[in-house]
Amino acid sequence: MSALLQAKQETLALRLAALSQPAGGSWVSAARADALARLQAMGLPGRRDEYWRYTDPAAFNAVTPAAVTPAAADAVVPFEAVERVKLYFVDGVFDEARSDSLELAGVELVRLADAAQGESHWAAELYGKLEANGQKPVERPFAALNTAFAADGLLIRVTAQAERPLSLIYEQSSETSDAVLHHVVKLEAGSELTLLENGVGAARFNSVLEVDVADGATFHHVRTQGRDSDRRAITHIFARLGSESTFKSFTMTANGNLTRNEAVLDLTGDDAFAHIAGACVGDEGVKHDDTIFIIHGAERCESRQVFKKVLMNGAVGIFQGKILVKQGAQKTDGYQISQSLLLDGDSQFLAKPELEIYADDVKCSHGSTSGAIDETALYYLRSRGVPKRQAEALLVLAFLAEAIGEIDDEVLGEEIRTRLESWLNRHTNG
Amino acid sequence: MLEIRNLHVKLEEEDKQILKGVDLSIKAGEVHAIMGPNGSGKSTLSYVLSGRDGYEVTEGSATLEGEELLEMEPEERAAAGLFLAFQYPVEIPGVGNMTFLRTALNAQRKLRGEDEISAGDFLKLVREKAKTLKIDAEMLKRPVNVGFSGGEKKRNEILQMAMLEPKMCVLDETDSGLDVDAMKLVAEGVNALRSEGRSFLVITHYQRLLDHIKPDVVHIMANGRIIKTGGPELALEVENNGYANLLAEEN
Repeated sequence: MSALLQAKQETLALRLAALSQPAGGSWVSAARADALARLQAMGLPGRRDEYWRYTDPAAFNAVTPAAVTPAAADAVVPFEAVERVKLYFVDGVFDEARSDSLELAGVELVRLADAAQGESHWAAELYGKLEANGQKPVERPFAALNTAFAADGLLIRVTAQAERPLSLIYEQSSETSDAVLHHVVKLEAGSELTLLENGVGAARFNSVLEVDVADGATFHHVRTQGRDSDRRAITHIFARLGSESTFKSFTMTANGNLTRNEAVLDLTGDDAFAHIAGACVGDEGVKHDDTIFIIHGAERCESRQVFKKVLMNGAVGIFQGKILVKQGAQKTDGYQISQSLLLDGDSQFLAKPELEIYADDVKCSHGSTSGAIDETALYYLRSRGVPKRQAEALLVLAFLAEAIGEIDDEVLGEEIRTRLESWLNRHTNG
Repeated sequence: MLEIRNLHVKLEEEDKQILKGVDLSIKAGEVHAIMGPNGSGKSTLSYVLSGRDGYEVTEGSATLEGEELLEMEPEERAAAGLFLAFQYPVEIPGVGNMTFLRTALNAQRKLRGEDEISAGDFLKLVREKAKTLKIDAEMLKRPVNVGFSGGEKKRNEILQMAMLEPKMCVLDETDSGLDVDAMKLVAEGVNALRSEGRSFLVITHYQRLLDHIKPDVVHIMANGRIIKTGGPELALEVENNGYANLLAEEN
């Protein structure tokens, strides 16, 4: 065994000594055992791992999370303009008393903690399976750790067009909460669901979302990751897309000590669409990392990655995005853009765009830029009577507009825009 | 209206004097033209009046209705009634033209202590002004100046002027890059705004724009100063003989 792997496994051994796997029926126990075996083979990451060069995994490796004082509730409750089924998780545990009942026309909903008690479940074909699939060629140990130890989450089977969006609300109560949440969404052929998530809701938060989008199905995902400045979060999305299916995910992140959002989108059916976007605003002490992997394994699929970050007072933004086009995935259309707006000289943007293409009839483009506010545009706005701060905010929002524009629903898009605007007003008027 | 006295300006970055004592007095309702060869300081004068960074006023003053412009922020100058139609209008991706116009109008009103315009009144106003400048609904929806042709950009400048109703309008080479039809349209837009209480300073290389926007006074600028002032016939003289004779007279 190499010294490097040995060090990774020693880190893992310390972590595992403090964890215990939840009890459950045979289907979930088997999945958890498989995940633990995967994790033990990988160990926990270090800075010398290619995909952890820019982000130090120490906070995720630590046996216990650093204490975080729970932030005050949002002045404006997210997604309040949307009629939805509201489900609350406090410190990563489902709060049945405050949640709506697990009923939604077109959808079957069950809590993982309940389903885990049975001997079989439909989710057995997906739970940990999409995650395992997403471990190659890049290892994602915290996702395997999640599968092995998650005690709560939701298993969501969508059989038709869901009557309303499903809204998962994460809140923090304990200063040292260490949440591990695992959700599975199975969209059957032709079905449709909008999933909303908001808050990070723990001192340390680890979530995995596995989404299987069958032929002709549509999945919309919009999430906001709260503004509590000390919390740490690592999230993974693993999605498989069937023929003519659509997957659209948008994430807004404001502050947070450390946020790493990973996504592995596997296009396995012809004519599928995978769109993933993010708008991040970060002030002092923020580290935000988007690590995206898109696999084109079928013909005529389209993928879009649109990531924008506004950074100030020493905030650091990271983007690692890859498009892999497999042999035979002809007529692939892949687009990737990652851009940062640095509001001062102290902030930093690190980007690693990658393309790997084994088909000969494809269209793939990628671009990455980093810059300051356009002084000429600022002067132009001011010469028309717009005060400097207002003009700057307008230009920052204009910079974020392409990412926000990836949200199909106008009400949700407008809400995200308003939230970003009020964040900018709070953080730039001082 | 606008009084410029002994204005001296140098570039901030290098020790280069651009304006070397400009005097100019424009009364309410008058249209003045400034003509001059390249590098004479015409555009610098317009930038300094509107407050662009990068210039240092070393001497002199510029007042608008008695208020010192040079001590104001660019947005305060706009609220005080100054407007510069840019030679190169700036593209702002991500900001819709309508949002831009409404933000500017309301910001100026706010700076002047006035109420914001209602959404309904704004729409009515912008549609009416846009129509006369042949600016269609599509152009109003697009991001500011993005993908606009040269003529569309200049018409968009005049639309902003019409919406903001400034007292003192400075037009910096508004005719550059325009064909004859586009120039006529722009000139008509400007002429429609002429009134007793509003003054214009038209900066141009060529006499042809002045066929459409008739000036009361014409100034010739060279080497950072105004070297000659006269009536509209001065513009014709330049058209026929170029600047060489005038420059020779000066030396």
